[in-house]
Amino acid sequence: MSALIKARKAVGLAVGCGARSLTQLAELPELHQMMRQTCRDYADRELAPIAAQLDKSHTFPAKQVCELGAMGVMAVEVPESLGGAGMDYLAYSLAIEELSRGCASTGVIASVNNSLYLGPVLKFGSEEQKQQWIPPFTTGEKVGCFALSEPGNGSDAGAASTVARQDGGEWVLNGTKAWITNCWDASASVVFATTDKSLKHKGISAFLVPMPHPGLSLGKKEDKLGIRASSTANIILEDCRVPLGNLLGERGMGFKIAMQTLDSGRIGIASQALGIAQAALDCAADYAHKRTAFGAPIAKMQAIQFKLADMAVALESARLLTWKASMLRDAKKPFSKEAAMAKLAASEAATFCSHQAIQVLGGMGYVTDMPAERHYRDARITEIYEGTSEIQRLVIANQVLKEYQQ
Amino acid sequence: MAARVLVGVKRVIDYAVKIRVKPDNTGVVTDGVKHSMNPFCEIAVEEAVRLKEKKLVKEVVAVSCGPQQVQETIRTALAMGADRGIHVEVSGKDYDTLGPLQVSKILAALAKKEEASLVILGKQGTFASEVTIDGDKIKVIREIDGGLETIKINMPAVVTADLRLNTPRYATLPNIMKAKKKKIASVKPGELGVDLTSRLEVLRVEEPAQRQAGVKVETVEDLVGKLKEAGRI
Repeated sequence: MSALIKARKAVGLAVGCGARSLTQLAELPELHQMMRQTCRDYADRELAPIAAQLDKSHTFPAKQVCELGAMGVMAVEVPESLGGAGMDYLAYSLAIEELSRGCASTGVIASVNNSLYLGPVLKFGSEEQKQQWIPPFTTGEKVGCFALSEPGNGSDAGAASTVARQDGGEWVLNGTKAWITNCWDASASVVFATTDKSLKHKGISAFLVPMPHPGLSLGKKEDKLGIRASSTANIILEDCRVPLGNLLGERGMGFKIAMQTLDSGRIGIASQALGIAQAALDCAADYAHKRTAFGAPIAKMQAIQFKLADMAVALESARLLTWKASMLRDAKKPFSKEAAMAKLAASEAATFCSHQAIQVLGGMGYVTDMPAERHYRDARITEIYEGTSEIQRLVIANQVLKEYQQ
Repeated sequence: MAARVLVGVKRVIDYAVKIRVKPDNTGVVTDGVKHSMNPFCEIAVEEAVRLKEKKLVKEVVAVSCGPQQVQETIRTALAMGADRGIHVEVSGKDYDTLGPLQVSKILAALAKKEEASLVILGKQGTFASEVTIDGDKIKVIREIDGGLETIKINMPAVVTADLRLNTPRYATLPNIMKAKKKKIASVKPGELGVDLTSRLEVLRVEEPAQRQAGVKVETVEDLVGKLKEAGRI
């Protein structure tokens, strides 16, 4: 009896500390609801109507990015003193999901700026670096990018072959970075280069490089399957010189900075995937009501209903994982496992939902008249960038096994 | 400088939603249906906030009449830049029968109580396509059938907002956070000395007739013939 009471008290204490979190899983606080509605209105009115055109013409949505900057969405977590919105990661996740529901490219542009560029500068930058490298990137007028991957290594981030050597009062960077989102539209990059190859991943350091800059050139824009309004290309560094003060964090800290940044970035991409999945579900459910076959709307057919149910479950489960990861991060608790689970679940939900949406739409799902085909193309990358699904599984397994350490 | 602007904001069914009539024909379905601020009220709020940003007015007060849910609409006005809100509590049967007569009495009573120099509302009425404050007068340009008319009016005044007055802003995230701290006062219509009894009774609500397909004709004679057939001329 007393054991039960003790247990109940223990749970009560745990619930008490996390009560805010648990209720938030059931219903978002008013502030977050208002914020979500504002982003949704913006996405419905300003992004969704142009998304197909942006995709077709591979155009960077500069005007919309500035408008989002004015709203504070390009720097959600950055404190107001530095020009940001000063909100939490749950708010950020909601914002990215709503934007991506309108236009997945705009979602990733905002996500990369928030998580992969502003994130590390905010966390690891000196006061001076924060003052210099953050405020101009909160307004939407400038966006940043994150240069980790190389032609020779993506998942194998520790094997960086881009080098940085000290020469007087400068760092000199040489090498090539690959698959860099935003790079053709960016005004700065966090670049990872090795300052000591013999130390392997412990020899990698992070540098802040302005763009354009002498010694830095961009490769051709990749012709991608999806998220075509965002630019992706190589960054080529040939004796690219930056002042010593551009080292982010300490020498040799680069790998740690990259991994921690990606942990958070994962929540951003999970949110983007949720937005795509939701858009696909919206499209399919709406169509199911309207399209008639065999004398009734196809919504009456169990085959269609089962698809919609599976889509809804996949989406909602991934969303709750994403919210949980955000809330753990906001509570400054460990969140790597949950972030990896969120990204894995959300990206697989996005590809599943968009695949099924095309199936529900039939022939109409295959043509550009309906957005289903764009969601299918946009969804695919979410299982690959910011950590492939395979890497996410490794991260999760690692964490799970730690819990059972012998 | 004019002290205070009162802006009326109404919570209505979202303009993008398809309106459905209730099966018993007593009204339209509102349960579970998405509601938002009337788009014309958004324009009114935007104008009021712009006047404040130009330092032509000191305070913007957003007012809404209705049940608990209208507080969301007031909060949206606060997030756009209004300073505080007033929620006039009207619910149940009173809310169902709340009409323009009662609302205008409420707004008039509030305008007197709050000593508002200007009341801006979403249109129907005299609608403004441009509003500026010149000393203690308001200069309004309004669209009339013949073109544009510029008039100067004394304060206190009531101005209604037309589509072309401005493009409402999206609330910024920091403003949404600030809106949380702004006050919304609750007031009962009785306290304002307003009687809510309705002079109208809703007999029945029906969907508009389904639009019939049109018929194309080749010549003017055919058109006249068809119109005569249909008994129109």
